[in-house]
Amino acid sequence: MIDDSLRALGDPALLNIVFLTFRVTGLALVIATAIGVPVGAAVGLARFPGKRLVTLILYTGMGLPPVVVGLWVYMLLSRSGALGSLAWLFTPAAMVLAQTIIAFPLVAALTMSAVEGVDPELRLQVRALGATRRQSSWIVLREARIGLTAAIVAAFGGIISEVGAVMLVGGNIEGHTRVLTTAIVLSTRQGDFGLAMALGTVLLLLALGANAFLLQLQGRAR
Amino acid sequence: MKAGATPAYALQGIRHRYGDRTVLEIDRLEIAAGRTLGVVGPSGAGKSTLLRLLQGLERPAEGEIRVDGELFPYPAPLALARRITTVFQRPAMLDRSVRDNVTFGLRLRGKAEEPVVDALLERLGLAPLARADARKLSGGETQRVALARALAVEPDVLLLDEPAANLDPAHVALVEALIRDVQARGTTIVLVTHNTHEARRLAHETLLLLDGKMVEAAPTAAFFESPTNARTRAFLAGELVY
Ligand SMILES: Nc1ncnc2c1ncn2[C@@H]1O[C@H](COP(=O)(O)OP(=O)(O)OP(=O)(O)O)[C@@H](O)[C@H]1O
Ligand SMILES: [Mg+2]
Repeated sequence: MIDDSLRALGDPALLNIVFLTFRVTGLALVIATAIGVPVGAAVGLARFPGKRLVTLILYTGMGLPPVVVGLWVYMLLSRSGALGSLAWLFTPAAMVLAQTIIAFPLVAALTMSAVEGVDPELRLQVRALGATRRQSSWIVLREARIGLTAAIVAAFGGIISEVGAVMLVGGNIEGHTRVLTTAIVLSTRQGDFGLAMALGTVLLLLALGANAFLLQLQGRAR
Repeated sequence: MKAGATPAYALQGIRHRYGDRTVLEIDRLEIAAGRTLGVVGPSGAGKSTLLRLLQGLERPAEGEIRVDGELFPYPAPLALARRITTVFQRPAMLDRSVRDNVTFGLRLRGKAEEPVVDALLERLGLAPLARADARKLSGGETQRVALARALAVEPDVLLLDEPAANLDPAHVALVEALIRDVQARGTTIVLVTHNTHEARRLAHETLLLLDGKMVEAAPTAAFFESPTNARTRAFLAGELVY
């Protein structure tokens, strides 16, 4: 069993799977961060009617079951769906879309609470020292950097380990849309536990490496 | 806002509320350019609130504030906002070094670090702490960093909220000497303090706030030597007045 899995690890097919996992999850994370951080910061910093409702929606979004998101995206991209003409179903693009939707509320909601955790007095004092609105928002984000890192880490953890959505909208097609989680499901079903365990280890190592990188960024943002 | 004919500030018919509680009621107040106004009064009198209005951080519920004869616009344009700086009663430090906190205002203005930063650190006895984490300072150290941070941008108007409250006598003297230098530059200063002696030493005019209202405002010598209001006399005698 161990031999099998070692052999499998040297397999170019596995490299393909790892590479695709990284590409899909990485791209989804970048997009979700690029939208989620500004949205979360804006909601956290602003005072407006309906803020509690927006907060409620974001918090609920954090718990969206990936399969449900997968279902929505599936319907959206299916031939009769609103975005059917894109022909994204069963392509990596569909998987990126689904994972972005899963990651967005995590990034936005946790950014929001990180920003709200910064002493409001500090914001006032920064303004009194001559900061523009843009500058003071930027300062607040910098002060909240630990919470921001946590937001991105949580979103990354949520999507790299997610199987329901990528399975539904990607279809687990070998050499095309198969990622680590869906490969694990498949090899477990086929009774190939050695391979499944090996893939699981690779997944953990990937997560470890990515989180180490994010932590490094947090340290440097001082 | 150098000394001249127009007052730096003119307040008229000011009412400021939190919820339905009126915490500040000032019918008329002028703050002369280039002078120092001392504001004394018991805890909760509205002193810090007055400074927030003068800084433009809050808009009064009623009334108008003029700066150099012009109505204070909300939000204040950057050029105006940057002429006014506050040292807050409870200064909040950025999660950076002491030095970076002091340089902060200059950075916001896109200016390079200037020798003024080192000079201020030196004068306030902060040079040995320049690289220390500003969040880990003692109360008095924090207060001195906050003062240095405000002075580094060389404002036309300096609003000081209890700038010496946490300091030992030697540091009080240091801070007061620095404030005198700033006065000599022609900076308009509003000095809020519990400490009547401090107002007496530094202010040209002094004003007593009680429960949000101006009870007495006079040239400092007259304020302390011949107060006209019985409540001012009581306050100066150290009695609790409301
Ligand atoms: N943001 C706020 N919301 C509600 N009430 C406030 C707020 N800020 C101040 N107050 C109230 O307004 C009154 C005046 O407060 P202010 O801070 O101006 O007093 P102060 O004269 O500076 O007192 P101290 O000498 O204790 O600093 C107080 O009764 C305070 O409780
Ligand atoms: Mg106060």
